[in-house]
Amino acid sequence: MELLRLITAGSVDDGKSTLIGRLLYDSKNIWIDQIEQLEKISKTRKTTQIDLALLTDGLRAEREQGITIDVAYRYFSSPRRKFIIADAPGHIQYTRNMVTGASNSELMILLIDARQGVIEQTRRHSIIASLLKIPHIVVTINKMDLVDYSENRYLEIIRDYQEVASRLGLPDVHFIPISALGGDNVVNHSSNMPWYEGPALLPLLEEIEIRRGDTLEQSRFQVQFVLRPQTDDLHDYRGYAGQVSGEAFKKGDAVRVLPQGLASRIAKLEHHGKEVEQAEPGHPAVIHLEDDLDIGRGDLIVRAGEEPLVTKSHEAVICWMDEKPLVTGNKYLLQQHSRLIKTAVREIAYRINVNTLDHETGIEKLELNQVAHIRLQTAGPLAYDTYEQSKATGSAILIDETSNRTVAAVLFLHPQAVDSTH
Amino acid sequence: MSDYRIDHLKELEAESIYIMRETAAQFERPALLFSGGKDSITMVYLAIKAFSPAPIPFPLVHIDTGHNFQEALDYRDALAARTRSRLIVRKVEDTIREKNLTEPRGKFASRNWLQTHTLLDTIEEFKFDACLGGARRDEEKARAKERIFSVRDEFGQWNPKLQRPELWNIFNGRIHKGENVRVFPISNWTEIDVWNYIRQENIPLPTIYFSHEREVISHEGQLIAVSPFITLEESDTRLIKKVRYRTVGDMTCTAAVESQAKTLNEVIEEILSSRISERGETRIDDKQTEAAMEDRKINGYF
Repeated sequence: MELLRLITAGSVDDGKSTLIGRLLYDSKNIWIDQIEQLEKISKTRKTTQIDLALLTDGLRAEREQGITIDVAYRYFSSPRRKFIIADAPGHIQYTRNMVTGASNSELMILLIDARQGVIEQTRRHSIIASLLKIPHIVVTINKMDLVDYSENRYLEIIRDYQEVASRLGLPDVHFIPISALGGDNVVNHSSNMPWYEGPALLPLLEEIEIRRGDTLEQSRFQVQFVLRPQTDDLHDYRGYAGQVSGEAFKKGDAVRVLPQGLASRIAKLEHHGKEVEQAEPGHPAVIHLEDDLDIGRGDLIVRAGEEPLVTKSHEAVICWMDEKPLVTGNKYLLQQHSRLIKTAVREIAYRINVNTLDHETGIEKLELNQVAHIRLQTAGPLAYDTYEQSKATGSAILIDETSNRTVAAVLFLHPQAVDSTH
Repeated sequence: MSDYRIDHLKELEAESIYIMRETAAQFERPALLFSGGKDSITMVYLAIKAFSPAPIPFPLVHIDTGHNFQEALDYRDALAARTRSRLIVRKVEDTIREKNLTEPRGKFASRNWLQTHTLLDTIEEFKFDACLGGARRDEEKARAKERIFSVRDEFGQWNPKLQRPELWNIFNGRIHKGENVRVFPISNWTEIDVWNYIRQENIPLPTIYFSHEREVISHEGQLIAVSPFITLEESDTRLIKKVRYRTVGDMTCTAAVESQAKTLNEVIEEILSSRISERGETRIDDKQTEAAMEDRKINGYF
């Protein structure tokens, strides 16, 4: 069985919670005691129908205010796939939560209210999907019951959205007319819209051929942990534990260790303590090198001839996630998976308006939820690929050293100017 | 193209191993909270894989409420010995005595709340900066919103509104003095994933997970084992039933399920055809209020 991680985008008013509730309910992924609890709550709130949206309300504060504040994760499965839904709030003040949920998603379900069509929020969610390189978008046009299941209205919205999609260069977009409240085209095909011949949402989610976001055809392995048991029987054992991304590594491969630029060869590969000939992407592995080198956590092992960028000055798109604004010149810690290094923000090249995609220049500060193209300088050289090539090696976070909070998501771009130190 | 597909259990396993290695690398004194239940057993087996051939680089910590199933305690001791892990046991009983705490009363007086006191004392005693726990997000709705690296203040409190964004698989474990992190490596596993993994990996379980005869009473439709820890009333009828446990917690708040399932395959089949959730079927402590778990987590529970 395969795993599909997806994010739902849309506000409470678009019926997002109802849609998720409907997916879980109609695919029989809800337990009886959960339904009983819903009935009980619905009764005390004097509503007649079971409110499926209540299934996805998590925290008391959210229930009291009737809104979603934080990303919640939902799990359900069909005979063909296991799904993890990141349920993120849609309003602009929660852009950071949406970016968080989108960072691990391979598909976005984008809700559009059939009465309203493509609105500012639709554009913003699509921009986030394109920034974070979510490979598949499923546009669900909801509340079709409120527009008399009109095919013309559906086609009109598709035309409007295709303009957005082509401007952003979204690679794979699907459209489905639905009514989450009535369950039309969610799990089962709707008899209210005989003109729609495509699949309902769940069958589409089950059958879509999932593309991982990465296009990298090179082998990468960042050292997470140096295994040195120093026990009697394993006295001289020294292995580098981490996870392979990109392409597989093979025993005997000539490698480079970055940023130092050290050369060696793979002497031995292990997977769960057993020796293997090849270490596959997406799997944990332990690498042993032929030479005794000074290698530690955060160093990047790559195949010789496949070196990524190694530089001290970087261009990146960032999403600011902290209440304290980003100020040009400030210093932060940059965490690129297992690499931690000091960094300074040299310049905000421009801010990206997440509603229009316009570039706004002359910016000195970035506020919570704002997205910008910035220039960074790190205390030492850093090895990475662009985010477009690889989420595994092209992403990082910024940490405020004084509060320890995660303050930004960093997506590396190709630097325009080559660093003279390398 | 990295268009590789891997089986979902392999993918979950890789994610959990990645998280465990991050924990070992980022913290000075991590510990694995071991309850004797199937989730924490799965965690120990994942840790073995993550660090093999080296031993697991953190101790197993058991907060013993004194209301445990003997089978789970025996299993715990054998597992620690076999994996050559350091086992730290701290007893709620001792905390109650030393701190003069009030024992909860009632028919099924549960020490679940008191556990938190012992846990926080243990964290302080050993200066643990990270505690690995086997909680899953599918268990309960407050858990669905918790991060994989969940920062707690010196009182162990969870602040749901001040959670750090968790992006990609980048885990920020930086903390101030006195704070600690609860790490949940199997956050993204569901109950059935755990069972399937146990089957796939041939992981042995305590015998109470399989059908056995036990003396129980029936309370609001749930079967509770007769033990010295619950107070029987005259109206209670002692019954001998063939039961198994779907979760293993304290004897006072874990209900048994009537079952003939003697093998893992039979247990998995029964769970797949069950229409009741894990916590709903087996826990009597989550039913009190809609926000029972949220409240406990805010107060330092894992």
